[in-house]
Amino acid sequence: MDSTILTFLIFWPLITAGVLTLVRSDRHDAIRIYALVATLLEFVASLYLLFAFETGAGYQFVARWVWSDALGVSYQVGIDGISLFLVLLTTFLTVISVWASFAGIKERVKGYFIAFLVLEAGMVGTFCATDLFLFYVFWELMLLPMYFLIGIWGGVNRIYATIKFVLYTITGSLFMLVAIIYTANVVHQHTGVWTFDLMVWSQFDIPAAQQLWLFLAFALAFAIKVPLFPFHTWLPDAHVQAPTAGSIILAGVLLKMGTYGFLRFAIPLFPAAFLDALPYLVVLSVIGIIYGALVAMVQKDIKSLVAYSSVSHLGFVMLGMCALNTIGFTGSLLQQLNHGLSTGALFLLVGIIYERRHTRLIADYGGLFKVVPVYGVFFMITMLSSVGLPGTNGFVGEFLILLGAFRSQTIAAVFGTAGIVLAAGYMLWMFQRVFFGKVTNPENDRVTDMTLRERAVMVPLIVMIFVIGLYPKPFLERMEPALQRVLSRVEQVRIVREQALTPTLFVGPAAVPVTNEPEEDIRP
Amino acid sequence: MLNTIWLIPVFPLIGFMINGLFGRRLTRYGSGVLGCLTVFASFILSLLAMLFLGEGPHRFTLAEWIVAGRFTVSFGFLLDHLSAVMAVTVSGVAFLIHVYSTGYMAQDERFSRYFAYLNLFVFFMLVLVLADNFLLLYMGWEGVGLCSYLLIGFWFQKDSAANAGKKAFIVNRIGDFGFALGIMLIFWKFGSVYFPEVFAAAPEMFVPGDTLVTAICLLLFLGATGKSAQIPLYVWLPDAMEGPTPVSALIHAATMVTAGVYMVARCSVLFALSPTALLVVAIIGAATALFAATMATVQNDIKRVLAYSTISQLGYMFLACGVAAFSAAIFHLMTHAFFKALLFLGAGSVIHALHHEQDLRHMGGLRKYLPATFLTFGVATLAISGFPGLAGFVSKDEILWSSFASPLGGVAFWVVGVLTAGLTAFYMFRLFFLAFYGKSRFSEETATKVHESPMSMTGPLVILGILSFVGGWIGWPKVLGGGNSFEHYLAPVFAAAEELLPHGVNHAHSTEFLLMGLSVGIALLGFIWAYRWYLRGSTAPENLKNKFPAVYRLVQNKYYIDEFYHLVIVRPIVGGSRWLWKYFDELVIDGSVNGLAAFVRQLGQAGAQPQNGYFRGYAATFALGSVAVLAWLIYVLS
Repeated sequence: MDSTILTFLIFWPLITAGVLTLVRSDRHDAIRIYALVATLLEFVASLYLLFAFETGAGYQFVARWVWSDALGVSYQVGIDGISLFLVLLTTFLTVISVWASFAGIKERVKGYFIAFLVLEAGMVGTFCATDLFLFYVFWELMLLPMYFLIGIWGGVNRIYATIKFVLYTITGSLFMLVAIIYTANVVHQHTGVWTFDLMVWSQFDIPAAQQLWLFLAFALAFAIKVPLFPFHTWLPDAHVQAPTAGSIILAGVLLKMGTYGFLRFAIPLFPAAFLDALPYLVVLSVIGIIYGALVAMVQKDIKSLVAYSSVSHLGFVMLGMCALNTIGFTGSLLQQLNHGLSTGALFLLVGIIYERRHTRLIADYGGLFKVVPVYGVFFMITMLSSVGLPGTNGFVGEFLILLGAFRSQTIAAVFGTAGIVLAAGYMLWMFQRVFFGKVTNPENDRVTDMTLRERAVMVPLIVMIFVIGLYPKPFLERMEPALQRVLSRVEQVRIVREQALTPTLFVGPAAVPVTNEPEEDIRP
Repeated sequence: MLNTIWLIPVFPLIGFMINGLFGRRLTRYGSGVLGCLTVFASFILSLLAMLFLGEGPHRFTLAEWIVAGRFTVSFGFLLDHLSAVMAVTVSGVAFLIHVYSTGYMAQDERFSRYFAYLNLFVFFMLVLVLADNFLLLYMGWEGVGLCSYLLIGFWFQKDSAANAGKKAFIVNRIGDFGFALGIMLIFWKFGSVYFPEVFAAAPEMFVPGDTLVTAICLLLFLGATGKSAQIPLYVWLPDAMEGPTPVSALIHAATMVTAGVYMVARCSVLFALSPTALLVVAIIGAATALFAATMATVQNDIKRVLAYSTISQLGYMFLACGVAAFSAAIFHLMTHAFFKALLFLGAGSVIHALHHEQDLRHMGGLRKYLPATFLTFGVATLAISGFPGLAGFVSKDEILWSSFASPLGGVAFWVVGVLTAGLTAFYMFRLFFLAFYGKSRFSEETATKVHESPMSMTGPLVILGILSFVGGWIGWPKVLGGGNSFEHYLAPVFAAAEELLPHGVNHAHSTEFLLMGLSVGIALLGFIWAYRWYLRGSTAPENLKNKFPAVYRLVQNKYYIDEFYHLVIVRPIVGGSRWLWKYFDELVIDGSVNGLAAFVRQLGQAGAQPQNGYFRGYAATFALGSVAVLAWLIYVLS
């Protein structure tokens, strides 16, 4: 069971997608139910990971089949504390997205759900792959269905948005592909073996001279996905044009591919280069936090407001990584989940009102709280989670990130904390203009409140918001050991460097600084 | 018994959940009773906890909250004499306000939602005062901010209410920015965010005057200025009067705004280590007290007068903290909770009777219509003005005396305090006379409908009236033959801070008497002034207004501080953000991305150009190429 579960999770959506091609395309209801059941089964199966997961035991549920011996490519999957919750987030949000699409998608229903199932396979595969070649295959596999989801079921300006999204992503990916092949070559030169196995690569110290360029190539691919300022301009367009479920997956999971990529590949494979690039990454993260928040504040379209808020939130995630200590790292990973849940929920809510009014402009609304109180309450709770109110998930993540960053990047942390004030600004202002005041547009008077299905879709998200907000421990403790491994890898490099810089005075035990401050964190 | 302290906040939480989730299925009666009873249960439990507390602090950890790396924090509660006083005051006053609300809000269509929010507010406030660590306190802190947002904006269909709610939340968050940074600094310095650990380690870790401890204190105090409406972050509180009046009583008089004072008192050890921070606290407190009092003198909205009065009285409390008279600050916090809640509820009763008229210029002569309100309001007015014997007198006198006699105090602080006391008496009696005395200035038609409020509203008024009268007696000063038992009760909490502070010289009783007499005299002056101007119908205020129109407009418009903030902070941010979006995002970044795409396309087209299928072109290219190669060869070979 343990060695097949991940393979099942990757291929189950593909198989069900294949079966779906045989169904008559006019049987819309049957197709919807089928897709929901398929993704639901996938989610239930993925819960097994949670129960069987052994905290701190490294990669688990590992499976390996050689694909091509000559090329050193193998099908190799496994998860650890970093990927565990990202896989669960994927299967969870896919169910939510599929269910949320029941009413909104009325044309080409079959193709839509096939695309969604293929997308799920790509996402789960990306998080599970521990062979770089396989990783790249899944990474590109995700792009295709997303391209169709936006390009076919998107809004008016969907073609521009899709092409922008694809070009941005492919540009990054190509650099990464070159870097992957190059690294394989470097490994081959030193070990005489052709392999793309992450385990082998992580044991191997890539010469410092080559690290920087390789790191930058990987980082570019990931930074575009995150998106890190200034690579973010594809995001608002893609979000505004994407169908609701597309936005949920885009914000909820696809952006995490970038941050996950940093944690899994870019940082542990090229720790020296990461240390070199650190100051720049910190600056870009902080600019992202502030810039995203400021630009979000003046958006006229709710969806692009949420899109820019993602830029701000992902800036926090990146800042947590740059903190280079356990607190910042765990906060960063937790915040990835949080963002997936909260922003996914926000896009879902925007979609619900869009299906009724066919507009996303803030100015077209006003006074909705009176007309649709249940919707208003759901929206408010989600908003509070997004602004990081204590008791909700957003607070735990943001606070840990800032606390961690405060230690090693104090000035950045101060600016980041200011970002929290701005978050309250743009969210509350939008909420006020949409929900408060009198109903000025009679169209809004006729809006109906959330249906039973819509409430049922939202409730699990709200529950998770509070579960993580009040009892994050089960999440954090499973994440920590895996993150520690990444940290210690960077730490080794840093210590070697410091010893090289100060050869005589501080070698040996005396290198431990005499301080009453905690000793486990790293100060680069 | 003491292990049940975590239940104190839980009861209102249960009330919130039932009213919030199933409120629409409950009757009004059910919602109201549920709301009141859950808070009453908290009050009884708080009282019991106080009784069983005995000597020392008691800690109880319910569950772990966040654990990451070395950082751990739990849902831990701390009961000591300070939190006991706070819990009893908060739950007690809140209970009376709940009862009052059943009458005041009886006609509101979102009755159960109102009680849900009210209960949630009490929950967060009790978490705030009972927390045993900074982070849980912060949770309560932000939580009451949220509730104030919900309750101030309760009538969200009014734009002004929605604006005020948002303003309260955002201004509070600016303060929280400092508070959060302060907590982070504390963690990295002490390796813990638990009060007992931090406060025990602080005196060994810092010498008095250390820069780092000053930084911590000032950051925490920034948080306090937001929550407790001090300069420069007081601007949200006057607008907060947009909420239903009992909400003003609950949030903006008795409890939420006191959170900052409580927090500073809780951190007394840290503040005691930083004379600079204490001085800042005292100056901000004194300045706010005087500044807000001047604004209160010209307001015509009954609730706005009280709002500025609250800011001013909170200034007193910070003045006390700043001169290290922490127990005096908490004492005034408590008595102020009684009489200010009473003032707001009384104002609510007036507004209720006049069908939502809040303008003092349209009141007058209400004494005969609303006897119970009139009497209780009178007691509260006397109390806040410092009439000898009443609650406000005792606590305010202690603050004034400390500001003079404390080694950290000085004559200047005392003078500002006494001037404020005079202004307080003046604006309170101005309000009192304008509302209850003189001729009625409302229409005949209204006059026939004016009625005293129901028992549910007058009952709490009477109880608060009694408390405003006798509530100060538990801290009766020694010089007047009392035992000052309140200070003794809190002494163990502030003992550690006391040890770090310089000890003052003993002043003669005669000095204390003299100063007391002076302050009472000045308050009396304020009263007489108000009496002559507003009861005797003098034209002096009008004349003064006409003589100094600029000054009047300045004060009337609250010194244009709101406009200043709008101009200097809000507008540049919004305008700058628009610029960033339109110019930087769309023009610079997208422009270069699209430009790059266009360039690549051009390149492709340029490359495709020669491949046009015309033989002529290929031949010409071939010929040119051949010539070039030849030329090159010749050049190289020669």
